Amino acid sequence: MKALKLNKTTRRNYLTYALVILAYAILQIMGSTGSLSSSLKGMLVPICAYVVMAVSLNLTVGVLGELSLGHAGFMSVGAFTGVTVAVALQDAIPAAPVRMVIALIVGAAFAALAGFLIGIPVLRLNGDYLAIVTLAFGEIIKSIFNNLYVGVDAGGLHMSLLSDKTNLADGGRLIIGGPMGIGGIQKISTFTAGFLLVMVTLVIVFHLVNSRAGRAIMAIRDNRIAAESVGVNITKYKMMAFVTSAALAGSSGVLFAMNYSTIVANKFDFNTSILVLVFVVLGGLGNMLGSIIAAAALTILPEALRQFSDYRMLVYAIVLILVMLATNNPTFKAFFSRFKPGNRSGKEAA
Amino acid sequence: MTFLNFLISGISLGSIYAIIALGYTMVYGIAKMLNFAHGDVIMVGSYICFFAVSRYEMPLLAGVVLAMAVCTVLGIVVERLAYKPLRQAPSLAVLITAIGVSYFLQNAAQLLWTSSPKVFPNAFVIKSVDSQGVETVKTGIQLFDGQLNISYVTLVTIAACVIIMAGLTLFTTYTKMGKAMRACSEDKGAAQLMGINVNGTISMTFAIGSALAAIAGVLLCSAYPTLVPTTGSMPGIKAFTAAVFGGIGSIPGALLGGILLGIIQIFTQAYISTQLADAVVFAVLIVVLLVKPAGLLGKQIREKV
Repeated sequence: MKALKLNKTTRRNYLTYALVILAYAILQIMGSTGSLSSSLKGMLVPICAYVVMAVSLNLTVGVLGELSLGHAGFMSVGAFTGVTVAVALQDAIPAAPVRMVIALIVGAAFAALAGFLIGIPVLRLNGDYLAIVTLAFGEIIKSIFNNLYVGVDAGGLHMSLLSDKTNLADGGRLIIGGPMGIGGIQKISTFTAGFLLVMVTLVIVFHLVNSRAGRAIMAIRDNRIAAESVGVNITKYKMMAFVTSAALAGSSGVLFAMNYSTIVANKFDFNTSILVLVFVVLGGLGNMLGSIIAAAALTILPEALRQFSDYRMLVYAIVLILVMLATNNPTFKAFFSRFKPGNRSGKEAA
Repeated sequence: MTFLNFLISGISLGSIYAIIALGYTMVYGIAKMLNFAHGDVIMVGSYICFFAVSRYEMPLLAGVVLAMAVCTVLGIVVERLAYKPLRQAPSLAVLITAIGVSYFLQNAAQLLWTSSPKVFPNAFVIKSVDSQGVETVKTGIQLFDGQLNISYVTLVTIAACVIIMAGLTLFTTYTKMGKAMRACSEDKGAAQLMGINVNGTISMTFAIGSALAAIAGVLLCSAYPTLVPTTGSMPGIKAFTAAVFGGIGSIPGALLGGILLGIIQIFTQAYISTQLADAVVFAVLIVVLLVKPAGLLGKQIREKV
């Protein structure tokens, strides 16, 4: 019984890895035997992307304790830079997996840079003011990518803002076409790539959370002043969590974008940020496994509700409200805790 | 003169933002929650007024009153069913619930009224018939040989904003309910000990905010006549930004923030670029928050250790 000797967090982390691997294996087997419906098959990569988004946002909201309403902005930065690189390197590197990895790294790097830049004002603010700055950031990113034109030809990359002034040479190709976004993307995202990205994300997040830095970050969340007074460098650790979260969101954006043939900036708007925030809150703050399950379940839910056709988004909204009421209202909680033997609130009462 | 034209349309747009921002700022001040469904209450109000005026041929004023009544009831019902059970819950849970309510309203509107855009009639016109029986419709006044055009919608919007601001300031300063609201926003526990009905006060705040949202919806759709189920979301986000810009929780702050935001947006559209207007508005917001982290008129609360 060696497993029992591990502490609770480690056991929980291994459980998360195991469940993700198990889910991947089951879905792969189902996919190869053909028992997976085509709509679900098409959703596997977006689910992986949303899982990565949810886990990375959980790092900001759950572990760092700061509300971010513009997480889709980082996804957007990652998607656009990553896909641009992938398209530009299409001839130079024929192997799709290599190109995918390069795109992921570039997307993550640019998102991290954006995270660092937005982190500077973010670090000065708290609470709702911070939330509004992240919201503003998401909208700014959306506006910029809606007006950005990037083309590639023999002379390298050309960029222009507002209107197409790239003046490409013969044989050149316009990659980002303003509001038209990126078209003609080679779909090189695969479920395996998504699975690997989820695993890498989990490894990074778990190692960060369980390290000295992670404990410092959680100390800031629990009591900023106390943490500062015992010598925790607030700026450094907040920035560390924020940038890591942004980089992971960027890589998720690359994964997401490479699954479609066209991608537009409006896909990554405020609603997407909110959607991911819903995953995080529903899954439980700081609970990575919860985020994964919530992201997967809520991505499938609108599809599963197809039989309600027109009413499905209405049902989705009602389910969302009811779940929040059921999990947060003291009366409901007491009611449900009666059915759970040996839970904490029962023990306290006894 | 074009500058003056832009300035006036900026103030007009800003007045609409300010009225919406009031709803956010009052609810935030008292319930300490971001009511994301507020933008959708605007949309509901616009639809009610639209149907009252164009289908049942009610006069505009009756339509506005009806819209206000429906929105008030809607605001109170939403507060009772969705937000009240979560009074003690963490603020993020309330935020997600508000988002759920927002989705619900948008999708309910889509089912009830379909997603095809409705063209809101411009009711702010003066019809006159001259001696030959030719009917002319005036939509605004022209000054300086037609160089300066001010539509009646603009005038009504600015006037409505001023009246609402003055009324609300008087209400919160002098009436019993207004004082109760201020007391609740400072300290709910202490207010309850003083015999204030905290739940009633919060319901009242939602009612006022929603009624104002209905007015804002009618004004917004008179100026920008396309009405779809998502009409309210972007103005909602902008107004929320305006509330933060001016200092959330402060009524004069909402006015100042709203009007500044409107002016910046119109000027950017006119002189820099239409497409980048949103980006510039939000960039200004970030810069302002960097310099004044609590907003323009917000109170900087010292942290006690």
